[in-house]
Amino acid sequence: MNATSKRDSYDVVVIGAGPAGLAAAATAAEAGLSTLLLDENAGPGGQVWRAITSTPVTERDRLGADYWAGADHVQAMRSSGAEIIERATVWSLDRHLEVGVSVGGVSFFVKARRVILATGALERPFPIPGWTLPGVMTAGAAQTMLKSSGLVPDGHTVIAGQGPLLWLLAAQILRLGGRIDRILDTTERRNYLAALPHAFAFITSPYFRKGLALMKEVRAKVPVVTGVRELAAAGDGQLATVTYVSGGRRETIPAELLLLHQGVVPNVNLALAAGVTHAWNERQLCFQPVLDEDFGSSVPGIAVAGDGAGIAGGTAAAERGRIAAMAAVRALKPDARLPDPQSVRQRLQREERGRAFLDWFNRPTDSFRQPEGETLVCRCEEVTAKQVRDTAAMGILLIIHLAVVAGLFITLPYGKFAHVIYRYAALVRYAIEQRRVESS
Amino acid sequence: MFKRSDQDSRRSVHIVVDGAAVEAREGDTVSAALLASGRDVRRATAVSGAPRLPYCMMGVCFDCLVTIDGVGNRQGCLVPIAEGMQVEIQKGKREIGR
Repeated sequence: MNATSKRDSYDVVVIGAGPAGLAAAATAAEAGLSTLLLDENAGPGGQVWRAITSTPVTERDRLGADYWAGADHVQAMRSSGAEIIERATVWSLDRHLEVGVSVGGVSFFVKARRVILATGALERPFPIPGWTLPGVMTAGAAQTMLKSSGLVPDGHTVIAGQGPLLWLLAAQILRLGGRIDRILDTTERRNYLAALPHAFAFITSPYFRKGLALMKEVRAKVPVVTGVRELAAAGDGQLATVTYVSGGRRETIPAELLLLHQGVVPNVNLALAAGVTHAWNERQLCFQPVLDEDFGSSVPGIAVAGDGAGIAGGTAAAERGRIAAMAAVRALKPDARLPDPQSVRQRLQREERGRAFLDWFNRPTDSFRQPEGETLVCRCEEVTAKQVRDTAAMGILLIIHLAVVAGLFITLPYGKFAHVIYRYAALVRYAIEQRRVESS
Repeated sequence: MFKRSDQDSRRSVHIVVDGAAVEAREGDTVSAALLASGRDVRRATAVSGAPRLPYCMMGVCFDCLVTIDGVGNRQGCLVPIAEGMQVEIQKGKREIGR
């Protein structure tokens, strides 16, 4: 493991070694640019191709052809001359393209002429009651353990949610001899209608055949409950049951492991920290960076490629990475040889075909995105939905309070004395509360 | 909760979890090794002391926090195991000086 980079400045620094990052680094380095690729994990591949160089799953059909395509991308990156540092955490990036990196407890800065962010996607939170209980995990977490350690569920296991990854994971678990008791599909009926106008593009896209085959494979082995509207996990310090409502019927089933999934969203943390302008994507229900056709952002020199630029999947991510890197090469070394831009863009278009259908069809339900009451919304700070909503309400009360006070000041010369009464009452109430806190 | 696929032929590596020897496989992360061990490896949160296990396994959620070789608040899902590694299940906040 390299503790620091070989140089202190590079033409291109790529952050994230998934599909987009691998393709971007390979393209830039092959064109002769000095290129540094930084990644947080122990090996390249990102999430889609996780553990591609080390997975203990040796029978190739278990993980599928799309997974093994990653091996070629890693090979291309390794033979391109790009420098890679693994287990590197990027903790800062600014407008001067200075990148703060930490590796094995040592921190250093590298300077870049171009930065390509390929930070990918993360799972959309699925905050149901009980989602913090031990035994509740994301579907992606189970897939990570499956790919990198060959681990599969073996107790009562329930998978709940919607989206392509859910079906792929279920198929992979079954192929490796894992156990799934039930799949709870939360796709809303109205999504079928919303997606319908995009059905033709989808049927003629590569997703259609693959998706259908996966669903057929899984449905042959696992009971699938559709139209699930409510979902809750329960147990005493450990998941014991999952309760759901479907077709007006409430059912509770035993569960040791609950895997949740309602799609993925761009991982925008680093781009936001660097000051990149973002906008809300109403179709995919997430924030994403505002980018030009070469994936250049609002900050000169910073591009965002892959799913971090908006969700489109691993194969599209690689093409996006290539396009972002080609723009960097054109700017820094105009005479360098590059792949034909036309064919790269055509491949990207083909991959993005059918995306609108998938987005509308798999759009998560409001109630699964916006929790109520005692459900935790912040896992670290342990803040409930009710606490967040109450805090928001307090802001409104304060505005009303100040407006009334200002009104009194303006309209009545002596009206402000009315305020004194309320201020006094508030102070008394505060004192009583303080005493209560101290005595308890 | 999890079992190892019979395809897995990786070399055994031993780590120490709260003083007990635990067998894992080369290339496992600390979190994967703990979840595969079958032991009670629930940590306690810093705020309420609620029990938790890893949630995302990809460095996002910080529910895998664990003390590794005497250093607290490490993300177990990002750290590969090594022979003889000392792992302690973290109960509550990281202690001062570790």
